[in-house]
Amino acid sequence: MTVRHHPEGDLLLSYAAGSLAESWSLAIAAHLTHCPTCRGEVELADSVGGALLHDVAAEKMAPDALDHILGVIAGMEREGPITIAASSGPAPVLPKIIRDYIGGDIEDVPWQRLGNDASQYLIKTGDSEAQARLLRIKAGRPVPSHGHGGRELTLVLCGRFEDEFSSFGPGDLEDVDQETVHKPVAGFGEDCICLAVTDAPLEFKELLPRLLQPMLKI
Amino acid sequence: MILDVDPGPLNLSENDLLIRIAVDQDRQAFARLFETLAPRVKAYMMKLGARPEFAEEIAQETFITVWRKAAQFDRRKSSAVTWIFTIARNQRIDRLRKENRPALDPNEPMLVPDQPPDPLREMEQSVIVKHVTASIEDLPADQQEVIRLSFIDGLSHKEISDRLDLPLGTVKSRLRLSFEKLRVSLGVVR
Repeated sequence: MTVRHHPEGDLLLSYAAGSLAESWSLAIAAHLTHCPTCRGEVELADSVGGALLHDVAAEKMAPDALDHILGVIAGMEREGPITIAASSGPAPVLPKIIRDYIGGDIEDVPWQRLGNDASQYLIKTGDSEAQARLLRIKAGRPVPSHGHGGRELTLVLCGRFEDEFSSFGPGDLEDVDQETVHKPVAGFGEDCICLAVTDAPLEFKELLPRLLQPMLKI
Repeated sequence: MILDVDPGPLNLSENDLLIRIAVDQDRQAFARLFETLAPRVKAYMMKLGARPEFAEEIAQETFITVWRKAAQFDRRKSSAVTWIFTIARNQRIDRLRKENRPALDPNEPMLVPDQPPDPLREMEQSVIVKHVTASIEDLPADQQEVIRLSFIDGLSHKEISDRLDLPLGTVKSRLRLSFEKLRVSLGVVR
């Protein structure tokens, strides 16, 4: 299935620069698993780094640096070309980069209930700028209508969701800011599992979710 | 160990040197590439705020990795200088480790395969770097500034907005515009 919703250039540039905070980087790296188009875009963004590196004025290396390195690499085992390892067993649901954080695949996630229709798992990162979480929305059920105190990136990992603006399937990334109020609804047939990254608490429009919010850190 | 650098590798482009390193385990090509680019990696790291000894260490580690991973260099996707930039960037992040920087693993089995080559792929990658250099110079000063703060100062969007005392949205839109212009100047259409 072709990915239709992609990250904007500001995220791709900062990702390539190595300056995008951890939680946002996780969303971009996971999107890249699904999206060859954006991998090409990141190569372009990387070449900004290449161009800047090319133009920087040289700084003398230590006099024995090359000899030291030639000593280190003598007899060193070298890596082969990149190969995509054929996986045995059932295909994983979560991209490797997310599985590395969870220590397992989707069945290993210790979900925390958010009401009847949704659950979440807060992903631990060293990032003080944003919070990453997995969200699981029951098939056909809505997330309560909410606005945003800041930016929210939502990457669909499986299933689908729709909001007032568009429809999102696996690999699609929605990027909304504080101007946006939306009410996402999971598609029928299968639960929708997303990676959501936010840099400020969500602003729920209805009373009950608002009351629950402090407990759920959402 | 002192190598006599023969005149052959001197005339080769950085990309050709890297291919020789990958295919022939050519140490003279390696020495030549090191002389050209290691001092720039060190300088780049110092601009990113590294002390000289730390910058030296990263530059050395980068070239050890260049030797180890040379077979993974794909000249259709990257030029030597860009590829070495990404190695140095990752070295720095790995060593700072204040926080993680999740990156796509190129060996990820779930990877949706690349599409057939697009126009960007057909352009020689070393030419792309020259184009990118020229297009960065053509950007308005405020867009050049956010690119430099991202790449050379290593600042996040939030840190740039604090540094320049600008709303976060302005930082985002300047970066977006600059990337858009780079794409247009390279003829990349999405």
